[in-house]
Amino acid sequence: MAFKFPTDEWVKEFARQINSSKAYEEAGKDWEGDWIFVVEADKSYPHTACFFIGLFHGKVTDAALIENEKAREAQYFMRGSFTTWRKTIQGKLDPIQGLMTRKFKLEGNLAKVLRNPSSAKELVNCVLRVPTEFPV
Amino acid sequence: MWNFVSPRIVFGEGALDALDELQGRRALIVTDVNMVRLGLVDKVKAHLAKAGIDSEVFDQVEPDPSVETASRGAGKALDLQPDWIIALGGGSPIDAAKAIWVLYERPDMEAGAIGPVGDLGLRKKARLITIPTTSGTGAEATWAIVLTDTAEKRKMGLGHPENVADIAIVDPEMAAGMPPRLTADTGLDALVHAVEGYTCAWHTDLTDGLCLQAARLVFRYLPRAVRDGGDTEARERMHNAATCAGLGFGNAMASMAHAMGHSLGAAFHVPHGRSVALFLPYTIDFFASVAPDRFAELGAAAGLPNDGGEQGAREFASHIRALCRDIGNPTTVAETGIARDGYEAQLDKLADDAMNDTQMVTAVRPPSLEETRSLFLYAYDGRSVDF
Ligand SMILES: [Zn+2]
Repeated sequence: MAFKFPTDEWVKEFARQINSSKAYEEAGKDWEGDWIFVVEADKSYPHTACFFIGLFHGKVTDAALIENEKAREAQYFMRGSFTTWRKTIQGKLDPIQGLMTRKFKLEGNLAKVLRNPSSAKELVNCVLRVPTEFPV
Repeated sequence: MWNFVSPRIVFGEGALDALDELQGRRALIVTDVNMVRLGLVDKVKAHLAKAGIDSEVFDQVEPDPSVETASRGAGKALDLQPDWIIALGGGSPIDAAKAIWVLYERPDMEAGAIGPVGDLGLRKKARLITIPTTSGTGAEATWAIVLTDTAEKRKMGLGHPENVADIAIVDPEMAAGMPPRLTADTGLDALVHAVEGYTCAWHTDLTDGLCLQAARLVFRYLPRAVRDGGDTEARERMHNAATCAGLGFGNAMASMAHAMGHSLGAAFHVPHGRSVALFLPYTIDFFASVAPDRFAELGAAAGLPNDGGEQGAREFASHIRALCRDIGNPTTVAETGIARDGYEAQLDKLADDAMNDTQMVTAVRPPSLEETRSLFLYAYDGRSVDF
């Protein structure tokens, strides 16, 4: 079955993929820091959605669709338009390239992210494994 | 969407004269003590004097420069308030100069946070000129900065497109005095840039031609430049090759040989070019089973019969090993003189650091930690990659 993006079921499946990934467990073993992904409304999708993803030492502690970006505390924020997220989840845009060309914006301690590029890379591999259905 | 960034590049014989026309008041020359001893700093100072620019020198850059060195250099820049930063030397002074420049413009930042995200807001105080004195790193043309975290003994891949130089002065005379070993090590670095830039996941139409031409030039001219330092044609073409490769991989990315090479270099102080060139053929053999074609294309460009497929890629890897042997460079870790027990004791850290190197993200066959560990082991005594 496919999971509708952007819903709570979708982010829970993303979390399940991360927690069953041996590669992420290894790559993220030193990572401490919770993320909020902000999916900004654009012409393809008129609502803004926010996901909380708590990460600690290679595992997801909690993942949920949240009302707005202030609803939970997090150390890292990744923002992009709905279309940018869709391209990323479909494997058409490397999110690291997306950051470099400013399609995504990152807030948080960049030095920490730069020291752990493999954990970011494995998160991307996990998101690609979520069977996703997008609103048309 | 993608970007291509480049300095204005002044190249060829007499390129250093471009300094005579410079507009400005004060320059900080970032370099190392060898450049002072070889008289190259005086040469640059003389040109700057013609332009009416006062200059001071920060010559404390060590090989594999540390975060602390960058901070010290930035302190010197903050005292001096230059409007030009001039990087003179091999990759180490050039990388240090880029970081010094960023920290001078942005004293609120720490070096470890110079990443390719958001705005840096450079060029409010100064601009950057790079003058390479080796033919290999390509650092004159890229925005990449590699600094060493001395506490963790780890190299960090940093940099932002804004910190690319304004002007790169690629004058073959500045590299004419390189001894054969340095010529070989740095020239091989240029080859690895060309190969990884051509084959990594981020290569583009705009970078392919540069990488291909750089690889051709290295195969043709590096053995000549190593054998006869007085071969000015070979010297000049190698100097150009390095910048070509720098533009190519700098606008794509390097890949797994750099990730492994950084990790070995930080742990055992093996010169950068020697270490990345040693690993390159092993990574090609590892990639060959899933993504052989672009390696085979490079083999064809180097004059090998184009067998295509995995065989073609593996033949290209052998061709690189043959070049290394021809110019007296190691093709195994054992040949670098590192003792087996010391190496094996560091194996977990070597693999872990390579996995967390920024250059690893473009590997066309992403390795697991276990595979990376095995590649380090195979490279120790030159075993043929069979996984
Ligand atoms: Zn290199």
